[in-house]
Amino acid sequence: MNKTYPSLEDALDAVEDGMSVMIGGFGGAGAPIELIHALVDRYKRTGSPGNLTVVNNNAGNGAIGIAAMIYAGMVAKMVCSFPRSSDPKAFTERYLAGQIELELVPQGTLAERIRAGGAGIPAFYTPTSYGTQLAEGKPVEEFEGRPYVRERWLKADISLIKAELADRRGNLTYRKAARNFSPLMAMAATTTIVQASRIVEPGGIDPEQVVTPGIFVHRIVEVREPKQEEALLREGAK
Amino acid sequence: MVSKLSNAQIAWRAAQDLPDGAYVNLGIGFPEMIAKFKPQGREVVYHTENGILDFGQAPPAGEEDWDLINAGKKAVTLNPGAAFFHHADSFAMVRGGHLDVAVLGAYEVAETGDLANWSTGPGSVPAVGGAMDLVHGARQVWVVTDHVTKKGEPKLLKECRLPLTGVACVTTVFTSLAVIDIVDRRFVLREKLPRISLGDLQAVTGATLVVGDTVGELNVPEL
Repeated sequence: MNKTYPSLEDALDAVEDGMSVMIGGFGGAGAPIELIHALVDRYKRTGSPGNLTVVNNNAGNGAIGIAAMIYAGMVAKMVCSFPRSSDPKAFTERYLAGQIELELVPQGTLAERIRAGGAGIPAFYTPTSYGTQLAEGKPVEEFEGRPYVRERWLKADISLIKAELADRRGNLTYRKAARNFSPLMAMAATTTIVQASRIVEPGGIDPEQVVTPGIFVHRIVEVREPKQEEALLREGAK
Repeated sequence: MVSKLSNAQIAWRAAQDLPDGAYVNLGIGFPEMIAKFKPQGREVVYHTENGILDFGQAPPAGEEDWDLINAGKKAVTLNPGAAFFHHADSFAMVRGGHLDVAVLGAYEVAETGDLANWSTGPGSVPAVGGAMDLVHGARQVWVVTDHVTKKGEPKLLKECRLPLTGVACVTTVFTSLAVIDIVDRRFVLREKLPRISLGDLQAVTGATLVVGDTVGELNVPEL
């Protein structure tokens, strides 16, 4: 079994128009910048893949990463908890102009919906958002005397993930708080595409240290010394 | 109006109530200041929603690692004994009742414990983050806030007017004038600044303050 791909472009050829794409990261930590920009480059070259639904905690910062996807015009809808950042112009302008759709989801509900999607659980109940605008229209049920809101699973066609180490079978480790949504998103997509700082032989990762088991991962491409989104922004990247 | 507490002084007062051995989540911004005033000798483990338990202070400028950040996306460091985890585990800690205290800011708090702190209504880009999760699950939910709005209107009300973050969730409010517990859907005055009269405090509060046999003095050092 060998899930490695020779290039970003090859690994990304599964991404098509109109797909839903989960993208790992919380702010800049864990953002798979090289995968995202290879996709933006392809869109600029060929006009595809467009009309995407993107799932991420945020909605882009500055003009790189998800913000670059939005500026390029690839994104029809964002599913996120916090579409603000130090420079949210890309999303804000298009949202206020009615050019991009927003599904706002509380952060913990977003995480659990993705986990449920990957775990084969179509719905679950959570206390979060009960009695608020974000629960409108959703079924409510009482358990042990407290009201809970029913939420549905969230799945995607594609997940784009940044890992630290990968082996050829797709076992992954992450770096520090760059882990965030990535282990959940890796479970929830039909095709999970990973950029890893280093690809090792099977056995090269201690089984005790594996965070995402390879069964959830379909394609891996090595990106040595990957860029870090926040560091790029602070260097003034455009 | 008598002089009120600064944000730092409100944070100092809230910090005095941090229990020894507590797991605590401090909201982005003003609540984060509480960590600075934790009384010596008490051990507190801080949780950040993006996936760290037991993070420490900011690193010196130039030594940031941007994969090591808090929920406010500021660079942090790790204390010995820190742990990383993914988002579903992080919010299991929140909703599962494992946190002792969550501290948030507020636009409005109702006497019922309802909180409004995420949206000022239509016209802007809505953003909620983890606030709606944090108000459910932590054993105590504290609010730190000015007692009144910038226009001088009460922020403590009978009912919130702005979109709710959560229903019946706040347990204590630390304001620039008083410390108020929410008990049986009423504001119960625990402490007030000695220099403000009960009448004046009630006048800037939008719901009845329940006053017991004794009201403590809210004494905070100059900071």
